[in-house]
Amino acid sequence: MKLIDKMVQLKINDISINVERGTTVLDAAKKIGVHIPTLCHLNLEDFGVVNKSASCRVCVVEDENTGKLIPSCAQEVYDGMRIQTDTLKAVMGRRTNLELLLSNHPNECLTCVKNLDCELQTLAHELNIKEIHYQGEKMSHPIDVTSFGITKDTNKCIMCKRCVTMCDDIQTVGVLGGLKRGFDAVVATAFHLDLNQTSCTYCGQCVSVCPTGALAETNDSPKVWRALNDPTKHVIVQVAPAVRAAIGEEFGYEPGKILTGQVVSGLRRLGFHQIFDTNFAADLTIIEEATELVDRIQNNKTLPMLTSCCPAWVQFIEHQFPDLLDVPSSCKSPHEMLGVLAKTYYAQVNNLDSKNIVMVSIMPCTAKKAEAARGELNKDGLSDVDYVITTRELARMFKEASIDFTKLPNDEFDNLLGESTGAAAIFGTTGGVIEAATRTAYEMITGRELKEVDFKQLRGIEGIREAKVKLGDLELNIGIAHGLGNARKLLQDIRDGKSHFHAIEIMACPGGCIGGGGQPYHHGHTDILLKRQKALYDLDASMPRRKSHENEMLIKLYDDFLGKPGGHLAHDLLHTTYSAKERI
Amino acid sequence: MRINNYNDLVEWKKVCPRKTDYKINVLVCNGTSCLSSDSEMLAKLLEKEMIERNLKADIRIIKTGCFGFCGQGPIIKIEPDDVTYVQVKVEDISEIVESHLVNRIVVNRLLYKEPNQKELVEQSSGMKFYKKQMRIALRNCGEIDPENIEDYIVNNGYFALAKVLQEYTPDEVIKIIKDSGLRGRGGGGFNTGLKWELTRKVPGKEKYIVCNADEGDPGAFMDRSILEGDPHSVLEAMMIAGYAIGSNQGLIYIRAEYGVATDRLYKAISDAKEAGLIGKNIFGTEFSFDINIKLGAGAFVCGEETALIRSMEGFRGEPNKKPPFPSVQGFRGKPTSVNNVETFANVPAIILNGSKWFSSIGTEKSKGTKVFALAGQIRNNGLVEVPMGTTFREIIYDIGGGHPQGKEIKAIQIGGPSGGVITKDFFDTKIDYESLLGMGAMMGSGGMIIMDEDSDMVKIAKFYLEFTQDESCGKCTPCRIGTKRMYEILENLVNMKGKPEDLDRLRYLGENIKNTSLCGLGQTAPNPVLSTMKHFREEYEAYAYRTKKTTYSIDPKLCIGCTKCARNCPVDCIEGKVKEPHYIDESKCIACGACYEACPVHAIIKP
Repeated sequence: MKLIDKMVQLKINDISINVERGTTVLDAAKKIGVHIPTLCHLNLEDFGVVNKSASCRVCVVEDENTGKLIPSCAQEVYDGMRIQTDTLKAVMGRRTNLELLLSNHPNECLTCVKNLDCELQTLAHELNIKEIHYQGEKMSHPIDVTSFGITKDTNKCIMCKRCVTMCDDIQTVGVLGGLKRGFDAVVATAFHLDLNQTSCTYCGQCVSVCPTGALAETNDSPKVWRALNDPTKHVIVQVAPAVRAAIGEEFGYEPGKILTGQVVSGLRRLGFHQIFDTNFAADLTIIEEATELVDRIQNNKTLPMLTSCCPAWVQFIEHQFPDLLDVPSSCKSPHEMLGVLAKTYYAQVNNLDSKNIVMVSIMPCTAKKAEAARGELNKDGLSDVDYVITTRELARMFKEASIDFTKLPNDEFDNLLGESTGAAAIFGTTGGVIEAATRTAYEMITGRELKEVDFKQLRGIEGIREAKVKLGDLELNIGIAHGLGNARKLLQDIRDGKSHFHAIEIMACPGGCIGGGGQPYHHGHTDILLKRQKALYDLDASMPRRKSHENEMLIKLYDDFLGKPGGHLAHDLLHTTYSAKERI
Repeated sequence: MRINNYNDLVEWKKVCPRKTDYKINVLVCNGTSCLSSDSEMLAKLLEKEMIERNLKADIRIIKTGCFGFCGQGPIIKIEPDDVTYVQVKVEDISEIVESHLVNRIVVNRLLYKEPNQKELVEQSSGMKFYKKQMRIALRNCGEIDPENIEDYIVNNGYFALAKVLQEYTPDEVIKIIKDSGLRGRGGGGFNTGLKWELTRKVPGKEKYIVCNADEGDPGAFMDRSILEGDPHSVLEAMMIAGYAIGSNQGLIYIRAEYGVATDRLYKAISDAKEAGLIGKNIFGTEFSFDINIKLGAGAFVCGEETALIRSMEGFRGEPNKKPPFPSVQGFRGKPTSVNNVETFANVPAIILNGSKWFSSIGTEKSKGTKVFALAGQIRNNGLVEVPMGTTFREIIYDIGGGHPQGKEIKAIQIGGPSGGVITKDFFDTKIDYESLLGMGAMMGSGGMIIMDEDSDMVKIAKFYLEFTQDESCGKCTPCRIGTKRMYEILENLVNMKGKPEDLDRLRYLGENIKNTSLCGLGQTAPNPVLSTMKHFREEYEAYAYRTKKTTYSIDPKLCIGCTKCARNCPVDCIEGKVKEPHYIDESKCIACGACYEACPVHAIIKP
């Protein structure tokens, strides 16, 4: 009997269907292959995120029992419900509401950053909108270009509030919300402050879910083109771990295809002088971070130690937990380490003036743009990294240069700062950094060779994970959080003195860098992120060396230049400081 | 005085000062409307005179809530003589004291006179304005000092709560309210007892009673007057409701601009707490209850219960989809019963007089009375409480006194910006929830705006739409953008830039907004337009076909050539020789109406 209680019988377009109580009409329709258009709705199932604001009203269908139009994305089914998705009333309701949205939209698709990747545009096509019957005043707001990471064009906002769900509920940063009333209502920062005046972490999760071009990465590709065409500049580029697992999606590849070789040869065609691998610096980060962790454990210093590779997360702790700035590792993030080495070590070896070196990072991330502009991250007045462009921007640059990505041959990173291990490959996924660090810390602490390098207990996709790892006599308590809301919980425990961890890995974006704010849009298909994750673990498994400290170029770097891990020069170049910031 | 049990209350009532303790009671209206005409100063001057003349022991000056007859304010009523003075000014006070209070001679010049009649009316009960009224929700307004808990207790205040806690189980309380037929006075008209029952049935220890005092309709001030005039009745009712649903916490959501009401509520809560009437173990029973005030910033949408709850929780006041209803998942996710001020004000009376008494008043499906705020083109502006089933005609002509200049009244806007118009053909309809819905209008909170033959229905609809567009939270597309587009179409029409097809567009868009908006605000926002389009289509067509006359003209057959119009015209667009018919240059006329007012023979034709 109970089983029957849980089930609800209804009809959609005269097709009978049994679904669990609590199912929405939209999900019930999906089960029988009935498509209902949606816009504000977003279901990131794998991360437990559902934007169910029911605000756009373009998914309305008719409930025959009441004759009323209901939002299918939010309305739950009931016994005996009879839904018709395509009555004239429902079709016209959806069309009219979409037309209303378009009537208050710039409709400058041809020059929009989201052209051909815009859900509003797709929907207008799908609903066959050929005329907008209700024209009138359009909103007019200045475009916010103040932040290094994110450009906000409020005029393209359709008030779906997906960004608010990400910023408030998932990231608990709470920078975005509804402002003003009536036609003037918009999603904005408090008092319409510029983004750089707020506690925005620039994680870009708002960008990754925005259906239109209202939120986008700040376009830095013109600066890169200019540098590439400046004969006085020596332009170096580096590629982050997560980029290679996602860029193919921009060119029609199945998600989860690793395309390192094509990326390298494409970058060479764009004219970069040296192409280095951020993975090299990831290995370097592990050496420095593991050294710091061992030091903190053995000398009873501040624990837990938190990873510091993620700039959005660093921004978060500076704004939200300014009293805990001694817990993150002092290590710079990998691309910053590589940047400073290019301008010192590489410049020295090749007898180059570091002033003429331009360092460009290809990142899955919008926060890296803001990170590169941090005052702390420079050496002798030169920024470690000059420009950061996202995976999406790189794909656009390839297209702009008429490079057929699918026809590119394989190429390899340049030697000096190009080698990497499997440990570095998994930096791009949640759990990857701490697994890489554990592989090295194990051998540092026990002095024994680690045979089984796969720490499966650290892998997964749950928001907060914890695991115990035996390092000889020491049992290491490890915590992992991705998504800043989850990070907040672990930080609150530290603040309350309840944390029992030695080390915690935090990544701001759900899934880690594979789900970064600069990655190709997943449009709500979270299975794409899982495929990217699997690709990185497969890449790790395929590598001949899988522990960072076995990276031969890295050993050479310490021998020839840095001295010992955590030593004086290493500290000067590879470590940084944090400062408390206001919470707005 | 601290009340620990029922007997304490009985004993307290015996020693409370009452009107019969004084030879004379002078009731001075201190409702918002009269306060704005300086009635607080009237009370102060009276007090001063009492002290100077050493009359304090015999005469009590009572600052009361609203008498309802706001158009005639400030009002002073003298008891037990039952003499009501209207439009009293500061300079009248010494005469009232000297003549009436000292020498016992009524001041005739301050008495009310029915229009077009010679006799002076001394007693309020003799005024037509009050004759058809029946005061339940407003029973204490204009009778007691709202800031004095003893005044309330003398009028059986808190005896309903005592009775409930002594004699009834929660289920019995719910049954009484259900049987009485009381329905929500905030607009929807949902059965109050049923709402309580639904909330009671949801499992959980933490539940909330919320009083919705976010009255937002333009021209409506029913709830405000109740809170200003009789705050304890609402507190008492909230506790009765709390007992019925199993809640220990009440919250009053009131807009911050209701300053007088808020101050009096704070005072009432504090006095009731001091007396042990709010707090732990009320009347020595297991029942405890606390009441807090939550101030709102005055957003119209926050009258919608889910938006109200969001606002109380500290979020932006935006509605959520229902279900889940607040009775299941309300404030802080807990079961919550949200009831309107006027609804609550009826509850103690129902408990004391019984459900049969209440259900004997009104129509078959709508029981009791309803308070309406009369405004617009009507002689007697003010607050009236009438039994359900009273006709519009009775309210407009018998109580309201008809049009101030005797013009024809062509329609009533009822239900505020969410409602619709009732045309003169329907003035004999008996008012109840169902009859209004049947006419494409709704009860709403009870604002009634009277419009005369000169009113431009298109412009009136445009006014309401501007209001709702402005007050939309902006969450859903049809309400945020759709009402804006409707407004733009209307604006084009009245600016003579419209097209005939605009009317179809307007109607279609309005229907779509009704069909697809998220909350009640959007679902009803097009009502004023749709209902005026239905009843006054010719006015819309005049704009759409651009046949609307927008300037004045002169009927040459009636014009006597007195030149008064020409002399009064501010733009000199009227010409003509003395004693010959004049004419208006319509290209220059600004339609100010100065000529119309000036003409002694009604020869001017309005646009």
